[in-house]
Amino acid sequence: MASDNQHIEDLVRKDYAAGFFTELETDTVAPGLSEEVIRFISAKKQEPEWLLEWRLAAYREWLRMTPPNWARVKHAPIDFQAISYYSAPKSRKDAPKSLDEVDPKLLETYAKLGIPLREQEMLAGVAVDAVFDSVSVATTFKDRLAKAGVIFCSFSEAVREYPELVRQYLGTVVPVGDNYYAALNSAVFTDGSFCFVPKGVRCPMELSTYFRINAANTGQFERTLIIAEAGSHVSYLEGCTAPRRDENQLHAAVVELVALDDARIKYSTVQNWYPGDAEGRGGIYNFVTKRGECRGARSSISWTQVETGSAITWKYPSCVLRGDDSVGEFYSVALTNHRQQADTGTKMIHLGRNTRSTIISKGISAGHGQNAYRGLVRIAATAAGARNHTQCDSLLLGSRCGAHTLPCIEVRNPSAKVEHEATTSRISEDQLFYCQSRGIGTEDAVNMIVNGFCREVFRELPMEFAVEAQKLLGVSLEGAVG
Amino acid sequence: MLDINDLQVCVGDRQILRGLTLTIGEGEVHAIMGPNGSGKSTLAHVLAGRPGYEVTGGSIRFKGEDLLVLAPEERARQGVFLAFQYPVEVPGVNNTYMLKAALNAVRKHRGEQELDAMEFLQFVKKRLEIVQMNESFLSRGVNEGFSGGEKKRNEILQMAVLEPVLAVLDETDSGLDIDALRIVADGVNQLRSAARSFLLVTHYQRLLEYIVPDQVHVLADGRIVKSGGPELALELEMRGYDWLRGQDAA
Ligand SMILES: Nc1ncnc2c1ncn2[C@@H]1O[C@H](COP(=O)(O)OP(=O)(O)O)[C@@H](O)[C@H]1O
Ligand SMILES: [Mg+2]
Repeated sequence: MASDNQHIEDLVRKDYAAGFFTELETDTVAPGLSEEVIRFISAKKQEPEWLLEWRLAAYREWLRMTPPNWARVKHAPIDFQAISYYSAPKSRKDAPKSLDEVDPKLLETYAKLGIPLREQEMLAGVAVDAVFDSVSVATTFKDRLAKAGVIFCSFSEAVREYPELVRQYLGTVVPVGDNYYAALNSAVFTDGSFCFVPKGVRCPMELSTYFRINAANTGQFERTLIIAEAGSHVSYLEGCTAPRRDENQLHAAVVELVALDDARIKYSTVQNWYPGDAEGRGGIYNFVTKRGECRGARSSISWTQVETGSAITWKYPSCVLRGDDSVGEFYSVALTNHRQQADTGTKMIHLGRNTRSTIISKGISAGHGQNAYRGLVRIAATAAGARNHTQCDSLLLGSRCGAHTLPCIEVRNPSAKVEHEATTSRISEDQLFYCQSRGIGTEDAVNMIVNGFCREVFRELPMEFAVEAQKLLGVSLEGAVG
Repeated sequence: MLDINDLQVCVGDRQILRGLTLTIGEGEVHAIMGPNGSGKSTLAHVLAGRPGYEVTGGSIRFKGEDLLVLAPEERARQGVFLAFQYPVEVPGVNNTYMLKAALNAVRKHRGEQELDAMEFLQFVKKRLEIVQMNESFLSRGVNEGFSGGEKKRNEILQMAVLEPVLAVLDETDSGLDIDALRIVADGVNQLRSAARSFLLVTHYQRLLEYIVPDQVHVLADGRIVKSGGPELALELEMRGYDWLRGQDAA
């Protein structure tokens, strides 16, 4: 594993080929949202007519909708007319020239996470215009994937190169009018990722390293579509443990997964957007719609998420279990410290016979953090023999934070079995003292106990990220106990 | 090594220890016996620095320094070890992971090189033999689902790993069947050395048949009411604690 990591780091350090980030022309549209703006975006991206129509339909739906108000999160109303929906990357003149100009606090965090220097520069948005090696990481990975027949590219590229595939699947899991933010995303998304794994193919690598680099470029309204054809397997990892500089406060991504017969999709997320300062100033609003459909028999979709960042997280990665004997899983760690708020959970919609789902949610609240688990398990009348097991644990550090569990269970088939377990506990003084009495300092002891609490989720993460996620938890918890 | 002088300890507004005085020399093994609720665990916890115990008077000096000013983890790094009467479970935390973190914290304090995963594994394997535990213990969660006896053995394993200067064993014998008791006692005997002192807290004389102490003290009503050699334990076994309570009152 160590050598794997080294390998990845080397790659990352070596190659930042020019053109790896798709540089847009420098036009920026004025803030505001209208049909005109959507036409402009679509034209800029040279999209086919059907996609423009699709965006416009989404926009019209959005106009009729109101922002959701049921989540346990508080924020001032968002002025959607104040956002610019298409802007070129910031001028390099504004970017820090070197790491010396970057907030030392941010650098400290990078150091703790063991992020290589080159990657630090990229994450901090340093204007690195040195010419890198001509061999691009992206190309290397792409070659390997292409040999296996896997398509993995930016969403824009997919629209250009594989329009029929995109058209066939886009919006079939998350319809344009699914919810307020999904509708907004459908109208204005600028880019994202596309992955297609053909029949019978096991993707030869974790789609993580590539993404990790690529992800620095993600926009505010990101669109991801992953299709696993019959019998194929793919493991996808999004995000990065390092906090990233970002000027956009609102992030409203949509992720759609489609698994056909016997296909398996594993989607892991480590989310560490800027959480705002200790008083709750600034920070990202992460309003994401993620849903996978087990369309085929015996297919499976597994979501694993480690959410430590963002000022507000609003996110419910879900599974629609349509195929008979299909399996949905949701493993989640959500940590809120300082003034962070998280309302997160999942929906498991059982439609097919003998469908099974597992939900394991670990919420950690510290400081003034507020953490809600919101879950829906729905067993349709058609889902004979369906099973769900839900385990929902909350851990409180300190007395000013909050944990809330809001499960909803709807069972329309009498042969279904649904189990729900929930616990809420405070970090135990006895456990802390036990660790301390062995020479382990308070902060390390807290980390150890919290990591132990999250173990069932961490073990679902790809190895290299499990280690990073543990470190990340430690960094995110700093100052939480004292 | 350890000098406890006129120690007064309150829990809440109740005074538990009322002027306890005890001196343990280097390499000595002392046993403290006493009825339930007499304050044995209180003493053990105060030595380890558990929060919630207020020292209202007296002093504890360890290797000549004031022990009471140190945080629990600092005491551990200096070589104080407490084997708990009721070890807690730390779910999800791998036993090896905690042992390694603990050992490295102690080694770092001593200015020694920290051990990496491989070195630690080598190191810990030898210690496992001392308590006759097999390697599968290492990959389990700390005390998670351990039987009473396994928990106690795990405490001795931790002691064997940390190599303390002063080991306080709080009723490590209680709840053990005779085989487990022998294993634990054997482990302790193997770890006895001229540089390591022990304070054995026990309720029964039984343990002292296996680990023969240099001195035996009887704790009652918050202070040491009688001290003697190993034969005192036997006498107590025969006559019961009331015999001494009376004596103290007189
Ligand atoms: N944390 C605590 N809170 C309240 N009372 C305590 C606490 N710890 C110990 N005590 C009380 O102090 C007395 C001594 O307890 P302890 O030291 O555990 O005795 P022993 O170990 O000798 O049985 C008992 O009466 C017990 O109830
Ligand atoms: Mg006791």
